[in-house]
Amino acid sequence: MNFDFPILSFMIWFPVLGGIYIATQKRTSGNIKIEALSIAIICFISSLLALVYFDNNSANMQFVERYSWIPVFNIEYLLGVDGISLPLIILTTFTTILVICAGWSVISERPHLYMGSFLVLEGIMIGVFAALDAALFYVFWEAMLIPMFLIIGIWGGQNRVYATIKFFLYTLLGSLLMLVALLYLYGETGVFSIESMHNAQLDMIEQKLIFLAFLLAFAVKVPMWPVHTWLPDAHVEAPTGGSVILAAIMLKMGGYGFIRLSLPIVPDAASYFTIPMVVLSLIAIVYIGFVALVQTDMKKLIAYSSISHMGFVTLGFFTVFWVQSSTDNWNDAVLGIEGAMVQMISHGFISGALFLCVGFLYDRLHTRNINDYGGVAEPMPYFASFMMLFAMANAGLPGTSGFVGEFLVILTVFKANFWIAFLAALTLILGAAYTLWMYKRVVFGPVILQPVKELADLSSREMLILSVLALMVLLVGLWPAPLIDMMHPSINSLVEHLSRSKL
Amino acid sequence: MNLVDDILIILPEITLVSLTCIVLLVDVARKNITLTCCVAILALLATLGQLFAFFPKEPNLVFFETFISDPVGSYLKIFVCVSSIVALIYGHHAYQKYKTNSSEFFLLALFAVIGMLFLISASNLLTVYLGLELLSLSLYAMVAMDKNSNLAAEAAMKYFVLGALASGVLLFGMSMLYGASGSLALESIGTNASVGDGKEVVQIFGLVFILVAIGFKLGVVPFHMWVPDVYQGARTPVTLFLSAAPKIAAFAMAFRLLATGLADFSKDWILMLIVLAVSSLALGNIVAIAQINYKRMLAYSTIAHMGFLVIGLVSASSGGYAASIFYVSVYSLMGMAAFAALILLPNGEAASIDRFKGLAKNNPLFSFFILILMFSMAGIPPFAGFWAKWFVLKEVIATGYLWLAVFAVFCSLIGAFYYLRIIKFMYFDEPNKDNSDSVSNSAASVLFNLNCLTILLLGLFPGLLMAFCTRMILISGF
Repeated sequence: MNFDFPILSFMIWFPVLGGIYIATQKRTSGNIKIEALSIAIICFISSLLALVYFDNNSANMQFVERYSWIPVFNIEYLLGVDGISLPLIILTTFTTILVICAGWSVISERPHLYMGSFLVLEGIMIGVFAALDAALFYVFWEAMLIPMFLIIGIWGGQNRVYATIKFFLYTLLGSLLMLVALLYLYGETGVFSIESMHNAQLDMIEQKLIFLAFLLAFAVKVPMWPVHTWLPDAHVEAPTGGSVILAAIMLKMGGYGFIRLSLPIVPDAASYFTIPMVVLSLIAIVYIGFVALVQTDMKKLIAYSSISHMGFVTLGFFTVFWVQSSTDNWNDAVLGIEGAMVQMISHGFISGALFLCVGFLYDRLHTRNINDYGGVAEPMPYFASFMMLFAMANAGLPGTSGFVGEFLVILTVFKANFWIAFLAALTLILGAAYTLWMYKRVVFGPVILQPVKELADLSSREMLILSVLALMVLLVGLWPAPLIDMMHPSINSLVEHLSRSKL
Repeated sequence: MNLVDDILIILPEITLVSLTCIVLLVDVARKNITLTCCVAILALLATLGQLFAFFPKEPNLVFFETFISDPVGSYLKIFVCVSSIVALIYGHHAYQKYKTNSSEFFLLALFAVIGMLFLISASNLLTVYLGLELLSLSLYAMVAMDKNSNLAAEAAMKYFVLGALASGVLLFGMSMLYGASGSLALESIGTNASVGDGKEVVQIFGLVFILVAIGFKLGVVPFHMWVPDVYQGARTPVTLFLSAAPKIAAFAMAFRLLATGLADFSKDWILMLIVLAVSSLALGNIVAIAQINYKRMLAYSTIAHMGFLVIGLVSASSGGYAASIFYVSVYSLMGMAAFAALILLPNGEAASIDRFKGLAKNNPLFSFFILILMFSMAGIPPFAGFWAKWFVLKEVIATGYLWLAVFAVFCSLIGAFYYLRIIKFMYFDEPNKDNSDSVSNSAASVLFNLNCLTILLLGLFPGLLMAFCTRMILISGF
């Protein structure tokens, strides 16, 4: 299929320029929301267009754009997508529309800057997923912090300054070591193209050091225990839109980084560090699950649940070598990575939806405290049913997208080691416990507090947002085949690459 | 080479000297800062034009090998002239705002520029010293110009005494090198020693003294004591001038002395530079966090930046020199813009960082540009400051000092905090009562916008300048 239009560049720069344009408008101008929404929708349509023209049977990079950017260092403006990055790009464009809708009437302070920041952020995030040059990737990776820093800092809650500076410095800490690792790789290979880095010959010590440098960058982003502490703060203080973007997309960048950089560039080190990585993932899944259980703040609870669910993603990625060595079959490893990828996409929908639900409650009562609610089902029946679906999905109910990813990962891990699979599966119970317990305390029971009685049910705008998300959750849950088919060739070739030791 | 050719090569300097005399006369006749400023800028523009017109294609030694004209030198001179023009325009705005008739500022700046041009082109210890003294004396006078301020007097005193000490140390070092090598030409001061010879010890001692003087002029730890006081005590336009062009000249001095003169001793000075770089990065970034005075904060940030600059020299390779030149060019742009922001702030004259509170409410564009500037200083992409750091780090990793690169990135992480704090003040805080004015439109504010846009554009398209720096270094024979 021939497709000449530079669609990836368009998806990156159109929202960035559009966002800058909107941010410079007069704040009283009434059109900014419409303009922002149309930019986001155009971007979403182009990502769907990319999906239509995407060749599902090829593991190669598609829609490749290649220009020389900084010739002295062989840095190129190199973009392209495969089955791993395209779903994440579509998730990004999709979520941005929801976020802009969610901020429609709620943001009264500097709305032009709010909309503008989200659009710029969208473009940069697509850039991270589409960049195939390590320098370009790094530029997008860090530039992403700037709009998010402003979003949390300007429109956040009480403690926003602390949260946003913590978020910024924490993420920067991780990525700086990645910078050193990338520069080192450049010194070894003489190019910045990620695909050439995949083939770099490295000895074990180099691999281990590079792995650790990458690990810090991506572990902070995912976030993995014990570098997760920025996440609850950032989530709690961020405005609803910020939390949604953080949970739905930014956390995925860590996972994406693992399979785009860590695993293929330093496969032997990844294999060497399998056990520590699995242990860290299990701690995230189990321990953080318990932490989530005792939260009294709804957003914090969902934030911890995100960490716990992202644990499945890292578990899926890093059991690859273990599964292979115990079954001698790379196909099972493919299944694990696919499960982790599905888990990323599905978690994007579910956590986004849950944060939006909490945001809608917060817009009405201005509290996120679980104890300030109770019996919400009575005044808000539609809301209650939507949240029910998302809570169930979060708990991994079969038929929802939450089930597919976790099931695939557990299935794979089972082949590696029974007890790890047992521990991981245990959290399906734990996840159900904290999600449903929160749901019970917020939604069910008698209405005790006066303000809750007067809550208005979802407006049509909110209803629309949640219906679309509910549709996606069910779609991926009931019919994940198209998604998995799209990823399959790319993940297959990735695993094939992993099977060749560099030593 | 005959005399006419020699004179053609030194023509930009000659032009600047004669035009400075005219500016002096104009200033005597009419005490008007606008007029003096315009004439001074014209003088610099004329020099700049000639620098472009006579851009050398290869190194040329003239006037009995005391003066070298090579592509690197001309590139640095062009940057010195451009940043001085920018600094003079900002300075003019500031003095108009203060309603002080300090037209000497422009004259002293021109004399300093003459000193810098000679320093950059020096290829003989004597020319180095002469250029440096012309530069330093003008700067001492500039700092002392604010007659009514105790802080300025203290700063000038401190600057002068320590500066004179550094000059003395430099002379001492030079005399040792001369004694050991029997030559004043930079080409030969380092070459005469044979290993194990008594002369080598003398030369290493000379090298140490010269490095102390370089460290003082660059303002790197442990020779940084004057930087915060002078930056704080001098009036903002003076600090602005001080933070840009003289840093380029000081870098040129370091570069000429170390890379040309003492290249054979590189394994000795690399170790010393590492110590300077590591301590500057650590101290500059950590102490800057505690500052509530904006100028003092920037002074410590300058110390940290100079530490990064020195890391480029540590590579002692053509790539490392190119990285340093790129770094110093970008830094001079950022440093000037940072002080210009203080000049342009609408409320009052104090240098407290509180003045940035709530700025974004009434001055969205101005604060957006300061945001670009601060992120660039912190080294966040896609701004020029990021590529400057990138370039230096790449070279130092290629040389094999991986730990130094890791240390440097951790220091810049610490440094990010205090830049973020300015952004926090602008965007997240409510304005004080008297912070509600907006920035008035003036030539300086337009220039500030351009200055910051340049930082953004250099961040998006750094390739051209990088390629240029690399080529200059190569054809100059390093």
